[in-house]
Amino acid sequence: MSSRNAILASLRAAQRTPATLPDVPMFDAGLPPALDRFKETFAGMGGIWAEMPVDGDIDALIRARFLDAKVICSAVPEVTGTRRIEQVRDPHELNDVDVGVVRPRFAVAETGSIWLSEVQYQVNSLGYLSQHLVALLDPADIIGNLHHAYHRSDFFDANYAVLMSGPSATADIEGVLIRGAQGTRSLTVIPVPRTVA
Amino acid sequence: MKRVDHVKASRAFIADEKHIQFHDKRLWVLRTLRDQAAHSIPEWEELRSLASGIKEHTLTHLADYLEEFERNATNNGVIVHWAKDAEEHNRIVHEILSSHSAKTLVKSKSMLTEECEMREYLEARGITVVETDLGERIQQLDHQRPAHIVVPAVHKLASDVARVFSKTLGTDPDNSDVHYLAEAQRDATRPLILNAEAGMTGCNFAVAETGGITVCTNEGNADLSANVPPLHIASIGIEKVIPKLEHLGVFIRMLSRSALGSPITQYTSHFRGPRKGAEMHFVLVDNGRSARLAMDDFWYSLKCIRCGACMNTCPVYRRSSGLSYGGVYSGPIGAIINPTFDLKKYSALPFASTMNGSCTNVCPVRINIHEQIYKWRQIVAEKHELPFVKKEAMKVAGKVLSEPKLYRAAIKAADTAVAKLPRAFIYNPFNAWGKQREVPDAPEQTFRDWYLKNRKAK
Amino acid sequence: MKVALFVPCFIDAFFPDVGVATLELLERFGCDVDYPLEQTCCGQPMGNSGCEEDAAATEALFVKNFAGYDYIVAPSGSCVHHVRDHMTAVEPSAESRAVRANTYELVEFLHDVLKVDAFPWTEFPHKVGLHNSCGTLRALRTAKMSEIDEPFFSKPLSLLQKVKGIEFVMPARPDECCGFGGTFCVTEEPVSARMGYDKVRDHKQAGAEYIVSADSSCLMHQKGCSDRLGLDLKFIHIAQILNGARS
Repeated sequence: MSSRNAILASLRAAQRTPATLPDVPMFDAGLPPALDRFKETFAGMGGIWAEMPVDGDIDALIRARFLDAKVICSAVPEVTGTRRIEQVRDPHELNDVDVGVVRPRFAVAETGSIWLSEVQYQVNSLGYLSQHLVALLDPADIIGNLHHAYHRSDFFDANYAVLMSGPSATADIEGVLIRGAQGTRSLTVIPVPRTVA
Repeated sequence: MKRVDHVKASRAFIADEKHIQFHDKRLWVLRTLRDQAAHSIPEWEELRSLASGIKEHTLTHLADYLEEFERNATNNGVIVHWAKDAEEHNRIVHEILSSHSAKTLVKSKSMLTEECEMREYLEARGITVVETDLGERIQQLDHQRPAHIVVPAVHKLASDVARVFSKTLGTDPDNSDVHYLAEAQRDATRPLILNAEAGMTGCNFAVAETGGITVCTNEGNADLSANVPPLHIASIGIEKVIPKLEHLGVFIRMLSRSALGSPITQYTSHFRGPRKGAEMHFVLVDNGRSARLAMDDFWYSLKCIRCGACMNTCPVYRRSSGLSYGGVYSGPIGAIINPTFDLKKYSALPFASTMNGSCTNVCPVRINIHEQIYKWRQIVAEKHELPFVKKEAMKVAGKVLSEPKLYRAAIKAADTAVAKLPRAFIYNPFNAWGKQREVPDAPEQTFRDWYLKNRKAK
Repeated sequence: MKVALFVPCFIDAFFPDVGVATLELLERFGCDVDYPLEQTCCGQPMGNSGCEEDAAATEALFVKNFAGYDYIVAPSGSCVHHVRDHMTAVEPSAESRAVRANTYELVEFLHDVLKVDAFPWTEFPHKVGLHNSCGTLRALRTAKMSEIDEPFFSKPLSLLQKVKGIEFVMPARPDECCGFGGTFCVTEEPVSARMGYDKVRDHKQAGAEYIVSADSSCLMHQKGCSDRLGLDLKFIHIAQILNGARS
């Protein structure tokens, strides 16, 4: 008998009395205004909120915030950067990226999270090899809580998806908080309404 | 296997004042943060019941859900393997790596791979395994198992890490600055990730409806391990399955709040299918789980989502550290899971508990941990594996306490001994009570004597 | 109502004053209290050691001694927890079920059954740290547990608050286990002692002169630790304060 069949048989042989599956409510009564809540929780997770520059020049804002950045790899039309993600073939190529620029599909106010998949990244490693990440988020894309997030069909359209809540972090050594443990050292969100759907 | 001596290990841990103070305080802080996070959600107790209910439903239908998971994963282009035990898991992983000529494997945290002792197996076959999680890497480089399932090196001070890194990463042994040490590990690990032919993750949740898995990290190292190399292998305990995507709403809301008091981990990653030109493999592992499902009193421990909250709240764990439990799982959950792997080896663990019940209160999936600890004690005694009190002594106690005259004679003797014996007789190495505590004074008379003198006997 | 007093073995042996205070206290409220002379123990030491079957005879004796009473009252949370929740070695019968269900810990009995609203003979002008044993707190549910976000309540506190002059101080960790844990106190002596040391130090730094509890086993362990440390803390059972002890 294959291990597969042996395991399945062993499980069925346990003959546990079937338990009913409970219904899960949306727990969304009285949720606070999404944008305000997102800013709060996002900051709590170590994220940085940067207002849209008055002149609309996000490239300039990025260059000003990351003075030493040599490689700015953009996956969004609003930012030119120094490299387009469309030119990247292999995930390893992104190891020299100082700042990656992405647009999440949606965000979650409850947890301060932005959602990205290979549709938004095009090359997934952009979110993790970049030293810093900047996300252009349409405030209309912020939803209330995780229950709403996990009812979205976006998960079914993606091979890889992440709820990213702030930069890479750890407190593994003496509880001291480190930002930029393995992945990005910072995550900045700029509110930028979508021009393209 | 030799019995794990929790007492001996705890004595050594407690003797090191700096370490035990930090360890106890740090984990109590995590317990406090958990309280704040949980209490900020009015529906928290309802979420616990939902989480427990979803898990119990899934576990009582597990074979069906595993088949659904496999079907969907396969449709998504994932190659699904089944391993009945640790050895088969390791063999399968090795075969996958060999067939891709992979020489280096980078991985994120997985207690299951620790359970299977996968690293030793692969390293013996010439494969370099790199733990990317900072805490796991510290432990790997120090040749120790993880001391805690969420914060693997919580028992170490920065100076300990400096010592380990100076020997293995070439850092300055006198520099205990945490930022310096973390940066050193980041710098040392990045090239290994880039050059690895394969990446491995564990799995927090396997969603039957999507055929995908969810992996939660704070460092983003699962995302690196899975998205950079062209081969991603995920080790999945069969009990990790949940029915639908929407159920993640319950579990993801509870996991990090229970573990660290933060609303979510920095990265909650969902893997459903391979990238173009890459491969994804899932290894579904039994290793005793289906046997545990058949245990009427103990199958509830399969609900565990590996949050570590029970460890953080456990006053015994905080004062002895995970390493003293001698297994991959420690603290309260370790006390009820480990005996299923090896009853004799872990027979002391159910007794490394005061059964105070705090663990049961913080468990997000309502595992009745302290009640299972009590039940495990009965099993250990039945199988003649009692670590301290000899069964014979309990038989004697049972006889004395069931016969009033014998009982009264024993009480009298105890009181006399305490009253009359010189201090040296009472406070000696054989009297465990007296090592660090004063013995109570002997009263002039027992309650019964007082009653007979002062009240009419009825 | 017919009330029987159960005086646990270690209270009989080492803390008879607690048994006396309990009896006198119940009599103050007009209870006609029997003390079955052939009582011994509830069976907990064997049960907690994994030897439930060795507890069977002791538990049977308990049932025999306490059958027929409306209430069995004991000044010990851990023993009452064992009787109600773990006394399963004895052959179940209508009698054993009744005895188990009718066994009350003293605070429970005063608060829930007698519904005492005053203790006019009491005065305890001291700073007091209240220790809720894990048995009374989490098993018998006599007070709010810190892990759960439930409305605050505390049966022992509500009784003690009626005592003239008493002042409460709160330790930093309100309900962490003190480390007695039954046979744990000797089988896992290093951790047990450390837990006890931490507990008494916590109460001391909060300003307590006395530590009061409904469980003598915890008090015995904490006093042992405190005396060894030279902390100059005093220990008293709740029955003694409620019965009018001044110190």
